[in-house]
Amino acid sequence: MSVQKETVKRSKKESMTIITLRRLKKNKTAIAGLIILLMVLIMALIAPYVAPYDETQTDLFNNFASPSLEHPFGTDELGRDILSRLMVGSRDSLRIGLISVAFSSVIGIALGSVCGYFGGKIDSVVMRLMDIFQALPPLIMAIAVCAVLGAGIDNCIISITISGIPGYVRMARASVLNIRKMEYLEAATAINCTVPQIIIKHILPNALAPLIVQITMGVATNILSASNLSFIGLGVQPPNPEWGAMLSAGRNYIRNYPHMVMFPGITIMLCVLSLNMLGDGLRDALDPKLKD
Amino acid sequence: MSEEMKKDNDVLLSVKGLEVVYTSAGAVVHAVNGVSMEVKRGQSLGLVGETGAGKTTIAKSILGILPDPPAKVLGGEIILDGEDLLKTSEKEMRKIRGKKISMIFQDPMTALNPLMTVGDQIAEVISLHEHCSKKEAMDKAMEMLEMVGIPAERYPEFPYQFSGGMKQRVVIAIALACNPELLLADEPTTALDVTIQAQVMDMIADLQKKLNTAMILITHDLGIVAESCDTVAVIYAGEIVELASKEDLFLHPAHPYTIGLFGSIPSMAEDVDRLTPIPGLPTNPEKLPEGCHFHPRCSKCTAKCTSGDIPFVEVSPNHFVRCACCGAE
Repeated sequence: MSVQKETVKRSKKESMTIITLRRLKKNKTAIAGLIILLMVLIMALIAPYVAPYDETQTDLFNNFASPSLEHPFGTDELGRDILSRLMVGSRDSLRIGLISVAFSSVIGIALGSVCGYFGGKIDSVVMRLMDIFQALPPLIMAIAVCAVLGAGIDNCIISITISGIPGYVRMARASVLNIRKMEYLEAATAINCTVPQIIIKHILPNALAPLIVQITMGVATNILSASNLSFIGLGVQPPNPEWGAMLSAGRNYIRNYPHMVMFPGITIMLCVLSLNMLGDGLRDALDPKLKD
Repeated sequence: MSEEMKKDNDVLLSVKGLEVVYTSAGAVVHAVNGVSMEVKRGQSLGLVGETGAGKTTIAKSILGILPDPPAKVLGGEIILDGEDLLKTSEKEMRKIRGKKISMIFQDPMTALNPLMTVGDQIAEVISLHEHCSKKEAMDKAMEMLEMVGIPAERYPEFPYQFSGGMKQRVVIAIALACNPELLLADEPTTALDVTIQAQVMDMIADLQKKLNTAMILITHDLGIVAESCDTVAVIYAGEIVELASKEDLFLHPAHPYTIGLFGSIPSMAEDVDRLTPIPGLPTNPEKLPEGCHFHPRCSKCTAKCTSGDIPFVEVSPNHFVRCACCGAE
């Protein structure tokens, strides 16, 4: 019996994280996503040391240069090296994308699950507030936030976070409402789980699947909305590089110098794709019914 | 256990005049109307009645998990071990729920969290109530699994890997994990097929004997009652219409509704072409009929039945019937 218990315990300890990881490992797309994401993150970390040029250094004799050995991704309208700008820009872009999504998803999911679980007055009050937030276009919202707090990356993150919250609240609420009816919640009450325990242990894991997808998509959307803010001068301040801003700056020259939009576009796409692939894989790996 | 001991004030739970209503969109639904009953330690009481008669509501109000807003306990007492559960604070209730009283749910398919291993779900209730380490809770959970006849190696498996009967065993293991004094079994076998039903009921009876647990068994299957209950309460429209020992009830049913229920069961012994069902539909609990709630469907209905309070008379020792036509006269 004791030997048997030992084995059970070992396999039990495995069951949580290690099994998830093992199942993730089997999923080739997820691993590819993870590798790309890691590469992007590493690049962001070491960018200032390895970037071939100074990202703000202009070279007006050599502007709009096509990709060459000297400038692998070409140069922009002021002759700045696009590769260096992409590498250094990844720091701000990723920071904006990841941090704002992290905050808005955590806040949104917390609010949404409380609304879905309790319903009634709290639900109506919070949801009407969310309606108000959603009625304001995100850009106007961001301008309002920046008008109060001033321009800058941190405030840019705050305003993007706020405009992202309602989406998560709605989705989490819908998901929780579905699970709310399940008998295992009643069973959890009957064995005396407290409400926070029920929400965290029993409801959230079951409600997470659609949210994971929404979160990974959110990173991309937020990088792009940050570029909107940069475009009107509220986000990352020029001449500091940022992916979204580079994309919108290159838009004016797309006919003659497509490399100016192509490379930032590809970078954003790779980043988002990797997050999506990882998110999908993670969702599958966390679902015990899809085991092996 | 000797006869004297049973008689000694061994009443574990006594419910007195319990009244529960649901309010929905202005209408008031009288789900439970003055139910009184007693359960002794180690004994089982069967609650029998049609769908919507208020059986589950009674169980949930004992456990204090009725969904309030819609439900409201209007009055009555639920006394467990001398303590009125309706008056205890939520904090005190927490110590009782899952520990002293636990519940087996109707549908094992949905009563388990699909994303938690079955072992963890059993260990959860243990660690919520016993002050013990995680490891001890796991050990105890494995013991419980073995006790309900599931090998302990299956601790790290998920509910979808279990068949319906095995899931119900897990649910039972969760309910019994803290050696409760009172077990509320809410149609524990309704979702299972007949062979598994027998297994599960046998197992519950075994464990009940082993742990000396009292049980309230909610069912609409008189066969199960015959097998595993000591006393039976027949519920109609939120009222106990007949309360008797199992033998009395099966041999001498007195209330027309109980007689009607027996008439609706196919008999192995006699060759009958058609069953005699109870005419009509269960009463609308929003507008309960005056007098005896059963009178519109009753074949023996008289003028006495249509108004006033119907007394709960003792037709023979420990056999109570709520009917104006039976009994004392």
